[in-house]
Amino acid sequence: MIEARDLHKAFGAVTAVDGVSFVARDGEITGLLGPNGAGKTTTLRMLYTLMRPDRGEVLVDGIDAAGDAAAVRRRLGVLPDARGLYKRLTAYENIEYFARLQDIDADTRRRRIDALVAALDMRDIVDRRTEGFSQGQRVKTAIARALVHDPRNVILDEPTNGLDVMATRAMRTFMLRLKQEGRCVLFSSHIMQEVGALCDRIVVIARGRVVADAAPEALREQTGAATLEDAFVKIIGSEEGLAA
Amino acid sequence: MRAALTVFWKEVRENLRDRRTVINTLLTGPLLAPLMFVLIINAAITRELDKADKPLPVPVAGAANAPNLVAALRRAGVEIKDAPADPERAVREQDVDLVLRIPAGYAEAWAKGDPAQVELVYDQSQRDAQGSVARLHGLLDAYAQQTGALRLVARGVSPNVTRPLVVAERDQSTAQARSGTLFGMLPYFFILGVFIGGMALAIDTTAGERERQSLEPLLVNPVGRGGILAGKLGATAAFAFTSLVLSIVAFSIAGRFLPTAKLGMSLELGASFALATLFVMLPLVVMLASLQTLAAAFAKSFREAQTYLSLLMFVPVIPTLLLSLFPLKTQSWMYAVPLMGQQVSIMRLLRGDPIAPYQLGLCFGATALAALLACLVTAWVYRSERLAISA
Repeated sequence: MIEARDLHKAFGAVTAVDGVSFVARDGEITGLLGPNGAGKTTTLRMLYTLMRPDRGEVLVDGIDAAGDAAAVRRRLGVLPDARGLYKRLTAYENIEYFARLQDIDADTRRRRIDALVAALDMRDIVDRRTEGFSQGQRVKTAIARALVHDPRNVILDEPTNGLDVMATRAMRTFMLRLKQEGRCVLFSSHIMQEVGALCDRIVVIARGRVVADAAPEALREQTGAATLEDAFVKIIGSEEGLAA
Repeated sequence: MRAALTVFWKEVRENLRDRRTVINTLLTGPLLAPLMFVLIINAAITRELDKADKPLPVPVAGAANAPNLVAALRRAGVEIKDAPADPERAVREQDVDLVLRIPAGYAEAWAKGDPAQVELVYDQSQRDAQGSVARLHGLLDAYAQQTGALRLVARGVSPNVTRPLVVAERDQSTAQARSGTLFGMLPYFFILGVFIGGMALAIDTTAGERERQSLEPLLVNPVGRGGILAGKLGATAAFAFTSLVLSIVAFSIAGRFLPTAKLGMSLELGASFALATLFVMLPLVVMLASLQTLAAAFAKSFREAQTYLSLLMFVPVIPTLLLSLFPLKTQSWMYAVPLMGQQVSIMRLLRGDPIAPYQLGLCFGATALAALLACLVTAWVYRSERLAISA
């Protein structure tokens, strides 16, 4: 479970996040939706302890991120916005590097990597150097290395960004699988169909604040809009930054 | 600690797979500098030797005015040549090194017993011509003295009357010390080797990691940034150290091929020189690796980091330049200044001058302290939030 409590973050005079609170529960997929520049990435960065909030707190499985960041990181699997690989290492070596940093013993390491390679359908690329990988192959590798320590909670920042149709479908299937395994899945997106199709709960962020937090159907009813798209436009108050 | 090792081996493995980095670290850095140095020195020594033995070509204007002088010069090994029409201009434009002009009034003054004048046209700023000028000047002086002595004898006076004082030179420099002045640049080349050896990794592990967007995922792992930094610094220092060892080995071998013995010089290039050099350079390797990482950490991209590091490369030249511009007497405090300490130590080791163990210790200790400081500052910068963000 991931809990954000009244998060604030400013960069100089610019307030990026201005009082964000929500809860992402286990066994659910929570979508963080908002136009570009709404503060999604900054919020996520605070959740996975890369940034320290100016105010407010982050709890992961009840552990305070400010108190024990390492324990929080062990419980988080993170696919950040930046997902570069080491191109002179093979996909396997890339994943193994992170497994070692997670302090996983050799046997478990091999077992987990094999399982992830099977689940992500990347057997044919696992022993290739990642130089020249397609966007989809790169994301698969990045996800495998993010989940190699079998975390209870998974944070994905715009996971389908830059993926083609097939890769996007595979990604959605994979996220549903994570949910079925009882994990807490939190992902950000600015694509409404994706959020509507996947999420048990939608948190809408605009201008650094949470403007809605409900299940997809509830959101439609709340706004009285016919489609989800209309609902978003009503909530955010403009069509700016929303992609169909 | 385990995390630091994991990072260390990953960086080493990854960079060993980069052919360009390997060539720079293991070949260009350590070998190019000593080899170039050997070539330069070799050429310089050979030129010096050539000049002393070869006939000295001198363009002489008005040779007909002083046939005896010209004959004497010829006997001393001067090759008399026709002078250019405008000697001053020819010298200024470096067509000739020097011109000897014998004015028309020479013979008359000579016959009267007045001081006869000859003119030596040369350019003091032409380093290349200095040897020839000095040689010709010496020959002319010798001719003047000889003639003067003969005139005195002819008048029944002892030539010693005009020589109340004789200077006898007793050069105290040892053969090693004389070669030392030629090798003043050597410490800089060692430092440069270290610098080039670590450069690729310092950039790749910080600015490079940020540019390829892998720094953020890395920092999300449950590992302290200190551990990550330690691994990266360790890998950078390891490559730099490899460069240094190869530099020293290459130089120890190449130095034996220098014809230094011909100039009555000798170099101390044995195992004790190599080990002592390694000892004083060791903390410098860590210090430079840390400074390079620090500079690269400020850069947003690979290219920017390269610019910073290229500028940083000029810092080690400063003590070398200072010591060659102001040849200060070696004093104990110099050992305590990083870079200068290494410069002074390596010079003395090379010249075979005595160097006290406490001085080597001082050099090591002071640089180690500076290295520690550089590491702490780098660690502090590394902890900043801004560092992790790629875009």
